[in-house]
Amino acid sequence: MGLIQEIDYGTKPANAETLVSLTIDGVAVSVPEGTSVMRAAMEIGTQIPKLCASDMLDSFGSCRLCLVEIEGRAGTPASCTTLVAEGMVVHTQNERLGRIRKGVMELYISDHPLDCLTCSANGDCELQDMAGAVGLRDVRYGYAGDNHLDAAKDVSNPYFRFDPAKCIVCSRCVRACEEVQGTFALTIAGRGFDSKVSPGMEENFFDSECVSCGACVQACPTATLMETSVIEIGQPEHSAVTTCAYCGVGCSFKAEMRGEQVVRMVPYKDGKANHGHSCVKGRFAWGYATHRDRITKPMIRAKITDPWHEVSWDEAIAHTASEFKHIQAKYGRSSVGGITSSRCTNEETYLVQKLVRAGFGNNNVDTCARVCHSPTGYGLSQTFGTSAGTQDFDSVEQADVMLLIGANPTDGHPVFASRMKKRLREGAKLIVIDPRRIDLVRTPHVEAEYHLPIRPGTNVAILSAIAHVIVTENLIDADYIRERCDADAFAHWAEFVSQERNSPEALAATTGVDPELVRKAARLYATGGNGAIYYGLGITEHSQGTTAVMALANLAMATGNIGRVGVGVNPLRGQNNVQGSCDMGSFPHEYTGYRHVGTENVRESFEIDWGIKLDPEPGLRIPNMLDAAIDGTFMGLYIQGEDIAQSDPDIKHITAGLSAMECVVVQDLFLNETAQFAHVFLPGSTFLEKNGTFTNAERRIQRVRKVMTPKNGYEDWEITQLISNAVGFPMNYAHPSEIMDEVARLTPTFANVSFDLLDRVGSVQWPCNEAAPEGTPIMHIDHFVRGQGRFFVTEYVPTDEKTGPRYPLLLTTGRILSQYNVGAQTRRTENSAWHKEDLLEIHPHDAEQRGVTDGSWVKVASRSGEIALHAKVTERVAPGVVYTTFHHPMTMANIVTTDYSDWATNCPEYKVTAVQVSPSNGPTDAQRDYAELGRRTRQIEVAAAE
Amino acid sequence: MSHDVNLLHQGQDQRLVYMANQITTFFAYEPDEPAVAAIESHIRKFWDPRMRAKIIAYVADGGDGLLPRAQRAIRQLQEMNAIS
Ligand code: SF4
Ligand code: SF4
Ligand code: SF4
Ligand code: FES
Repeated sequence: MGLIQEIDYGTKPANAETLVSLTIDGVAVSVPEGTSVMRAAMEIGTQIPKLCASDMLDSFGSCRLCLVEIEGRAGTPASCTTLVAEGMVVHTQNERLGRIRKGVMELYISDHPLDCLTCSANGDCELQDMAGAVGLRDVRYGYAGDNHLDAAKDVSNPYFRFDPAKCIVCSRCVRACEEVQGTFALTIAGRGFDSKVSPGMEENFFDSECVSCGACVQACPTATLMETSVIEIGQPEHSAVTTCAYCGVGCSFKAEMRGEQVVRMVPYKDGKANHGHSCVKGRFAWGYATHRDRITKPMIRAKITDPWHEVSWDEAIAHTASEFKHIQAKYGRSSVGGITSSRCTNEETYLVQKLVRAGFGNNNVDTCARVCHSPTGYGLSQTFGTSAGTQDFDSVEQADVMLLIGANPTDGHPVFASRMKKRLREGAKLIVIDPRRIDLVRTPHVEAEYHLPIRPGTNVAILSAIAHVIVTENLIDADYIRERCDADAFAHWAEFVSQERNSPEALAATTGVDPELVRKAARLYATGGNGAIYYGLGITEHSQGTTAVMALANLAMATGNIGRVGVGVNPLRGQNNVQGSCDMGSFPHEYTGYRHVGTENVRESFEIDWGIKLDPEPGLRIPNMLDAAIDGTFMGLYIQGEDIAQSDPDIKHITAGLSAMECVVVQDLFLNETAQFAHVFLPGSTFLEKNGTFTNAERRIQRVRKVMTPKNGYEDWEITQLISNAVGFPMNYAHPSEIMDEVARLTPTFANVSFDLLDRVGSVQWPCNEAAPEGTPIMHIDHFVRGQGRFFVTEYVPTDEKTGPRYPLLLTTGRILSQYNVGAQTRRTENSAWHKEDLLEIHPHDAEQRGVTDGSWVKVASRSGEIALHAKVTERVAPGVVYTTFHHPMTMANIVTTDYSDWATNCPEYKVTAVQVSPSNGPTDAQRDYAELGRRTRQIEVAAAE
Repeated sequence: MSHDVNLLHQGQDQRLVYMANQITTFFAYEPDEPAVAAIESHIRKFWDPRMRAKIIAYVADGGDGLLPRAQRAIRQLQEMNAIS
């Protein structure tokens, strides 16, 4: 097990079909047209010295180290900027080239500190390598001339340092920031000898536009930009490829290790979702794995008001099993259930639902995907036949128009946002539909063609208005509809959207958007070439979440934008394994692969494989479990890796439900908010401590690899297995690969998936079976999975959460880049430097009316409750709208959100709450009480001294 | 004590009524027959037996506040239950 070394080909691959043949140092080679000489040489293993080139970046040609001679051409062209030509004869090494390269290196080294032995990059420095490669033995200029050796270090960023004394001004960092990340935070200031790298306007990194993605650090060939962890620990010695456990982009990383200590996470170039890029969370925010708050011993208590009491694993498992059996004996088989996590692996999720269905004997299993993307599953399966997005991420490279609605990718899905920005810089057009002026509306070198600032809660109305324009102005793709879709359903829908009441003009009062803007946006989406829809929780977390997903599907079908590269309907999933947890049968009515528990032959296949009779009736969803608890019919809940008390809406409902239960078992890394109501705490393991797979938003199944021993003693799937054995349903898996084999055996869309296949090809996108042995990047190519695409009439029904004199403002919620969801992990890393607290964004007009100033305490009151937080006065939100995040438990944003939910799936309506905002002097009573409750219920009994 | 429980019980029923009405509203634009069938099928596929039993009992009790199509769908659901 060594360090995985990825080859740097120096320049990007060319994707031309035509091959060009040439000779390099006497060796014949054929490469695609458009390839650089440098890359062609590397294809045959010839490494031409280079400093400014990297295959993550466009070639630049500044360092002059990569010179070659080409027969028939004058001079010594740079091989990184010279493209191959048919019959070309290249020499990469001779006396003249060697002399010139030495000269170049001498200049670099004369202005470079010679502290190689103590330098953090020692062992991983391209400058050092090149000095060796060109045979540099002395420096004729001496070291006494003008130099930059005293330049001050910038240590403002918690994760990396900038030591300009070591900079060779190759501008790889500047280009990485522009081309890979798309933030344009760095510039080369000054000229000639004075030129230097500078964040923003000569600011430090932390205060600049920098979003700490680390692309520049990765690109830097020297120790100038270096991870703080490498400076502190030293160079890594082995690595394993694994998958980020934060968001649904699913970035692939090399976990670079020293023993069992992570030295750094380096985005993996072969990762099909991220192609070598990442964001601040995946690359840097892994410190929570060893945070002191982590609980590593099981604990139990009789009452939630008692302090916790540490016990052995045996005792904790036996106690859990006996409690659940006791509850079932007393209240019936259906009185217990489980919640799977979108943060755990597919294998772990699968096992929890198996435990519930087979071990507990009912279908009371649900997942937190309920609270984010359940409408996606339902909406897309009704219209297209599959509960998933239609494209791979690479598809964006061929999109001409992107319709982005209810998502804020630069914060929520940063690596995908970088790819969108790249495509937008190449000329694709962007339509943003969002109540907030999100960053993508205007960011360096990217400007949305149209921003439709809708009133929160009016997605369906705006989509009807767009559909109205497309149908009445005859912008539909009639051929596509005729060939691919159900004709009657289309006619019914077209008749509906054509009605005058669905016109942009008629709906303007509802949506708050200028009808002319709506018409222009509709025309652009329908006629601008490949139209790709990207959407997020701003679509799903509404009482009409499912309706809106269907409305998006309607638009895509009507314009023929489904079934090829560059188009599609793409949900941007929140958590890392939202897709996977849904695929794995986490919903109370569905087995793996979205098959209803009532379907006889499906149920039978599970009954035969598991050797037990299964319940044909759907089980309870999370909100219904809580209702049933209050009702006295649901008394025991096993929650793996999920914090429903913080992430679900209407905290009062949650706490009433949880408090009514007799045994709540929480399996997590930390004593989270839900653990306040728990009777058993089972310590969980991090993604670094387990084997398994995650499935990202593009249906891509990727490996998670164990790089350290679980601090708690067990991987999460092992804990579920222990519980199952203790309740009397035996499980004997020796490795998660066996669990995946079982999934494949029982699930037609996964038939071909195995750890072996994943180890061999890296990743696959389901469906992956006989028909598609290595997976399916684009779905619905010749026909829809359900046969014909089905249009649904999507009538706008205003939410019952309405503003009025008492609650005149609309609150909507979201997330920011540096924090993740409820923040349990990110809050325990240096990421908190960027987001210490949740703020309430309010428009200057609304702020002034209420006497609220920037930074002051404000109280936010809704029908459900009141919270206080600090205000941020900004024009990002429209008048009448306020916005906050929900990363910090003490904010308790969900005290104010209501328990309205989606009609089809009960996905909660996080995105609209009517509120009033007023000045305040500090936290509300509810927040204070909650802090006190947290303090009391988190006490751990100290073992008596011997 | 019993007051609270009664109130909560009433709350539970109201929640189910609300949910059933929401489903019904989605199909408002559809003709009568298919709409009622779609509502019935949705409730059968997604509601656990205790929720179905509750709403059936609620309709038997008069079904106050339920939209007419929701009431019909739930009666159909009850008939299906009786058959199976
Ligand atoms: S960390 Fe990322 S955003 Fe910051 S300067 Fe480097 S490349 Fe740019
Ligand atoms: S900081 Fe690193 S990447 Fe940037 S110019 Fe200097 S040496 Fe090159
Ligand atoms: S959080 Fe998302 S975008 Fe960031 S590194 Fe992880 S998977 Fe990639
Ligand atoms: S690597 Fe080609 S000029 Fe720098």
